[in-house]
Amino acid sequence: MNISLEPEAIFHLGSFPFTNSFIMTLVVSVVIIGISLYVQRNTRLIPRGFQNLFEAMIEYFYGLVDSVTQDRKETEKFFPLVMTIFIFVILSNWVELLPGLGTVGVNEFEKGKLIMAPFIRSGSADLNTTLALALISVFTVHFMGITTIGAVKYAKKFLVSPLKKPYFVGTFVGILELISEVAKIISFSFRLFGNIFAGEVLLIVMLTLVPYFIPLPFLFLEIFVGFVQALVFAMLTLVFLKTAVTVSEH
Amino acid sequence: MDVEAAKNIAAAIAIGFGAIGPGIGIGILAAKAMESIGRNPEATPKVQANMILAIAFAEAVAIYALVMSLIIKFV
Repeated sequence: MNISLEPEAIFHLGSFPFTNSFIMTLVVSVVIIGISLYVQRNTRLIPRGFQNLFEAMIEYFYGLVDSVTQDRKETEKFFPLVMTIFIFVILSNWVELLPGLGTVGVNEFEKGKLIMAPFIRSGSADLNTTLALALISVFTVHFMGITTIGAVKYAKKFLVSPLKKPYFVGTFVGILELISEVAKIISFSFRLFGNIFAGEVLLIVMLTLVPYFIPLPFLFLEIFVGFVQALVFAMLTLVFLKTAVTVSEH
Repeated sequence: MDVEAAKNIAAAIAIGFGAIGPGIGIGILAAKAMESIGRNPEATPKVQANMILAIAFAEAVAIYALVMSLIIKFV
């Protein structure tokens, strides 16, 4: 049973390690692109089969995003990022349910010690991936804010002048908000990483103890947790985007 | 006390204390959500959706504690 916080490298290309979670993110990306191309190539005016499923999903999520933004035009701006984050994160989370988690990995090599590198490890169980997604989310929020309401107005949200109404308390709160933006990055990445990595450790330990039937409830739990964490990531990004483009009127 | 024993104790304490707050928080959240569903069953989907979101937030704090305990144990 091999539990390590950092993912294990399957092979190296020069000095760049191809870790198992990195390879899994590539696999998930290829799957997403492949399915999207397939659905897009055979679109008809009256949908059938697979296209039906996608149209239902998009309609439902459009409604969900609409309920937060209350404005169709803003929804159309925010929807691609939020939906892509949701789809990528949920598929990347569900990779840990594949049989072979932590068990199938015929590579044994030394990094000082002899360890086994499993092939399957969820992409989100790697702090690099979750940190990258968190950085993308937070920087897109700031970028959207600046492009929508202008740089000066957006900066005024954080750098409140001490000569206006809330007199110094406003300045203090503005500085706190600035610090909390950094905390958002940490919170985003650690929430997703912690949930998925802990889920993987739980599954590996359960599978080590009793291989048949007993891990079933834990697999169901992981399905649910994967879905909820993807939803939370996407909805949080959406809510932050919404607050970044709204100007509070006094 | 050698390092390994101290590591194990530290990991256990980290997650043990770290799970108290979020546990209570999630309980309060769910209780209030149940109450509001009971008073207004029509609003169940709205209340439910927001409850799940808020519970994920409260759970995140427990996850921070879990990650710290894993770092202590395995790094």
